[in-house]
Amino acid sequence: MIEIVGLKKSFNGQHVLNGLNLRVCNKELMAIIGKSGGGKSVLLKHLIGLIKPDEGSVMIEGVDITAVGERELDEIRDKFGVVFQGSALFDSLTLYGNIAFPLREKTKMAKGEIRERAMSALEDVGLQGMENKFPAEISGGMKKRVALARALITEPSIVLFDEPTTGLDPIICSSIHRLIMTTHEKYGFTGVMITHEIPEIFDVADKVAMLYNGTIVESGTPDEIRNSSNPVIKQFITGSLEGPIESLS
Amino acid sequence: MGVCFLSLLRRLGHMFIFLLKSCYLIFVPPFKFRMLLQRIRFFGNRSLLVILLTGAFTGMVLALQIYYTLRKVGSEAMLGPAVAVSIVRELGPVLCGLMITGRAGSALAAEIGIMRITEQIDALTSMALNPLRYLIVPSIVAAVITFPLLTSIFDLVGIWGGYFVGVKLLGLSAGTYFSKMQDFMTMEDIFIGMYKAVSFGVIVSWVSCYKGFYTDFGAEGVSKATTSAVVMSSVLILIWDYFLGSLFV
Repeated sequence: MIEIVGLKKSFNGQHVLNGLNLRVCNKELMAIIGKSGGGKSVLLKHLIGLIKPDEGSVMIEGVDITAVGERELDEIRDKFGVVFQGSALFDSLTLYGNIAFPLREKTKMAKGEIRERAMSALEDVGLQGMENKFPAEISGGMKKRVALARALITEPSIVLFDEPTTGLDPIICSSIHRLIMTTHEKYGFTGVMITHEIPEIFDVADKVAMLYNGTIVESGTPDEIRNSSNPVIKQFITGSLEGPIESLS
Repeated sequence: MGVCFLSLLRRLGHMFIFLLKSCYLIFVPPFKFRMLLQRIRFFGNRSLLVILLTGAFTGMVLALQIYYTLRKVGSEAMLGPAVAVSIVRELGPVLCGLMITGRAGSALAAEIGIMRITEQIDALTSMALNPLRYLIVPSIVAAVITFPLLTSIFDLVGIWGGYFVGVKLLGLSAGTYFSKMQDFMTMEDIFIGMYKAVSFGVIVSWVSCYKGFYTDFGAEGVSKATTSAVVMSSVLILIWDYFLGSLFV
């Protein structure tokens, strides 16, 4: 289980997270929605200890990762798989090399077994036959799929998705969502997904939380969020220019 | 004034801790030999041609200038040792260090900087893998190995450049050029040059890696980090050269 209590973070005096509380139960897929630049990625980086909070705690399976040393933090990180916003594939490695990398570095598996698992992961994300290509040679959607395969190859118990479908066309977007749902069913991980994909996300996530002004204004099942009377949520899911959320104009 | 000094001190301390952490990891397994070989190739391959060119022309120019001075006092026979000692003790390591900074140091800072802004370094951290071990340690060790080798090549080519000008163009006898060199050059001269080359290797790789690792975001951040790496490495090479030179007078 992931439990965030009173998380505060500011950068150069600007408050990004302002006493945020959130609980994600085991094997639940939680989607976090909110406006761009609202601190969603900052929140995700706190979950894996890439950013230290100014105040508050982040409990991962009972351990407060804000209060442990690097070694203990690395033990916690072993439970994670992360799909970064820009995929974060290693430029110098092929797609196969990228997917096999965590197995090579983190396990004592034989070469043959690593190859078998990496090729099977590539097939799961529909990229069979492309193992020798480099990240620079493939499209954004393919990169996201490789990133997903890399994140899941070690069968982590928690997977974080940072805008896994941003910048992709609706069809690829749907295929990535379906991939996330099927892998979630297959591996049973706890998932936290940052996304802007409304209304599609209501069919993918078990729970949805809305981040606004550095706090979670409401979280609940997709139906609860869809039918929420909170004006912030109403405005955000309808994309209206009128309401408490400031628009560009 | 005081604030600026404290800020400078803090930054220097941060850089020094970065170097200490990396040096500690050099001796702690697992060792990344494959990455070390890639980095050796990176330094050698990028810099060899420019080292050959600058070495040859440095030797040639030096021979011309020294011959001009020696002729006035009737000591043309000293051309060989004068060229050799100048190159081996001073010009070889310094010019070689500056050339590698321009060729490989800048590329190293840019490469690591791009890895930072594309979240590849975060990806390594999220896999509980220490990015210093994977990116920085191989670069520092590779620089310590390649700098003396490239400096030796520079020295050799420089001395032959001097030979070409002194013997083939200015009519000095080949025997005089080389025999006097043997009389006046000692192993100490060669060791001093090699000590300098090793220390310049540490400076260039340390500064370039640090600047890339802590780059600001965006293309502008990487561009600034690259420029800053080259300028700072070059200045530090010249300052450190003075201190080492004054030790071995």
